[in-house]
Amino acid sequence: MDISRIRNDFPLLMKEPTAYLDNAATSQKPDCVIEAEKSFYVNHNANTLRGFYPLSMEATEIYENARKTVRDFIGAPSDKEIIFTRNATESINLVAYSYGLTNIGRGDEIVVSIAEHHSNMLPWQMVARVKGAGLKYLECEKDGSFTDEAIDEAITERTKLVAFTHVSNVLGLCNDIGKVIRRAHDCGAVCVIDASQSIPHMKIDVGENDADFLVFSGHKLLGPMGIGVLYGKEKLLDKMPPFLTGGEMIDSVRRDGATYAALPHKFEAGTVNAAGAAGLAQAMRYIEEVGYDCIRKRDEELTARALKGMKDIDHVNILGSPSYKDHNGIITFTVDDVHPHDVSAVLEADGVDVRAGHHCAQPLLEHLGVRSATRASIMFYNTGDEIDRFVRSLATVRERLGYR
Amino acid sequence: MEIKSRNFYNEILTEHNMHPDYKHELENADLRLEGVNPNCGDDIWLELKLDGDVIVDGAYTGDGCAISQASADIMLGLIIGKTREEALGLSDIFTRMIKGEASDEEIDSLEEASALRDIAHMPARVKCAVLGWHTLDELLGLE
Ligand SMILES: Cc1ncc(COP(=O)(O)O)c(C=O)c1O
Repeated sequence: MDISRIRNDFPLLMKEPTAYLDNAATSQKPDCVIEAEKSFYVNHNANTLRGFYPLSMEATEIYENARKTVRDFIGAPSDKEIIFTRNATESINLVAYSYGLTNIGRGDEIVVSIAEHHSNMLPWQMVARVKGAGLKYLECEKDGSFTDEAIDEAITERTKLVAFTHVSNVLGLCNDIGKVIRRAHDCGAVCVIDASQSIPHMKIDVGENDADFLVFSGHKLLGPMGIGVLYGKEKLLDKMPPFLTGGEMIDSVRRDGATYAALPHKFEAGTVNAAGAAGLAQAMRYIEEVGYDCIRKRDEELTARALKGMKDIDHVNILGSPSYKDHNGIITFTVDDVHPHDVSAVLEADGVDVRAGHHCAQPLLEHLGVRSATRASIMFYNTGDEIDRFVRSLATVRERLGYR
Repeated sequence: MEIKSRNFYNEILTEHNMHPDYKHELENADLRLEGVNPNCGDDIWLELKLDGDVIVDGAYTGDGCAISQASADIMLGLIIGKTREEALGLSDIFTRMIKGEASDEEIDSLEEASALRDIAHMPARVKCAVLGWHTLDELLGLE
């Protein structure tokens, strides 16, 4: 990979002097994505699906082509199974309000892993509360892994739905989703996979993993903010009631009711984010051009370099696996005696952008016995120099807070 | 491109953070209130003991960044022995210092708390610096 050529594709990286290591929060965007979004407005802007004039047909075609790009990117059998949303959070809420409130009742159980982002936890707490269903947590080991016994014990005949993350946004560990999905199916439950942190780093194939629902945000995948995806199996989506109602999701409306549009438009009420979809499609083409093999190699190189440097610093504790292969670009850590906000403030003063806090995963941190932590997260466009700058600055944190 | 690094963790701050004078529970406190920064999770419990109008003792417990903890510790050193009114006056000066609106003379009257004056240039940390003082205002019945 020619890293300077890659970095040239990212206008912000070219002008911003800081080392951006908060990629798990949102990635930077290449020129081609920004251009694709802009080009929609400059050349094709009209409301999709509404007009019969050429401009509106163009806009519709761009939007629907973006859907096909997403379909192919994740190996979905049909366009009808790709719903555009604002982000992963909205995708999960769609499933919770539509599928969850319809199919889960008193006495049923929902299983949520303790490693979930709040986005894949709170909607299920809501469903359990409203429907009087049980909510059970699938607990992980110290390194974030899930044992077969824990999986078999949590997911049972009573389970109706399992919410499970592919890659944890705190530990970076890639979970064996195949195993959890199989167990869920054996018990007659459906499985919602949160691929927000995996899809920027690895190939996702819904045909292969057999997820019933799979969600992610475009903005972590080099795409624009405000566009996300819900993949759902057609036979499930087909039977689900709409999430939001209004324009663009109907066939006909009478005084006393309406018939809804077919999939996928049934779930896309109101004017859609067509420019965002065009940007996301372009981001996927860009990722394919770079190639997941190269991305993986680069993730591992940079992670190994960071972990090696961090291991040599006293009082730095890495959460999760000690192996660079298990991080998918995400390194969360604590520094003895120093609050994560002070760690990030020192790094920031040295021109390194990281994140500090509970990372929207409070129950996981509590389970791991930490209140809050600092997270550095890497993308393939980061450089070895940036990693070294991060490590050098980290080595000074305790001293700068007065610990000698 | 290397960025010139700044260090705002001066010795007064780091000392109060590492070796706080007032970070403990207070027996027989007359007033007790929790202060929280929901954004970053800084969390303190402020406790005061009063004799008439005078703050005769005080302490805090909690968890948070060095700035929030050191600022609370410095604050207690300053207000113990003062009347309610004097303490609220200092709080007013401190808040204005953080906004960059206090005079040099006023800032001098804050003694060690003046070590936090540079926070005025760091919007992200302002809430940490004022947590103890805001909790004090609330506890003494302002706001
Ligand atoms: C694992 C995981 N799930 C869900 C989300 C929520 O993403 P968004 O805020 O884009 O909806 C995030 C992002 O922070 C995440 O890391």
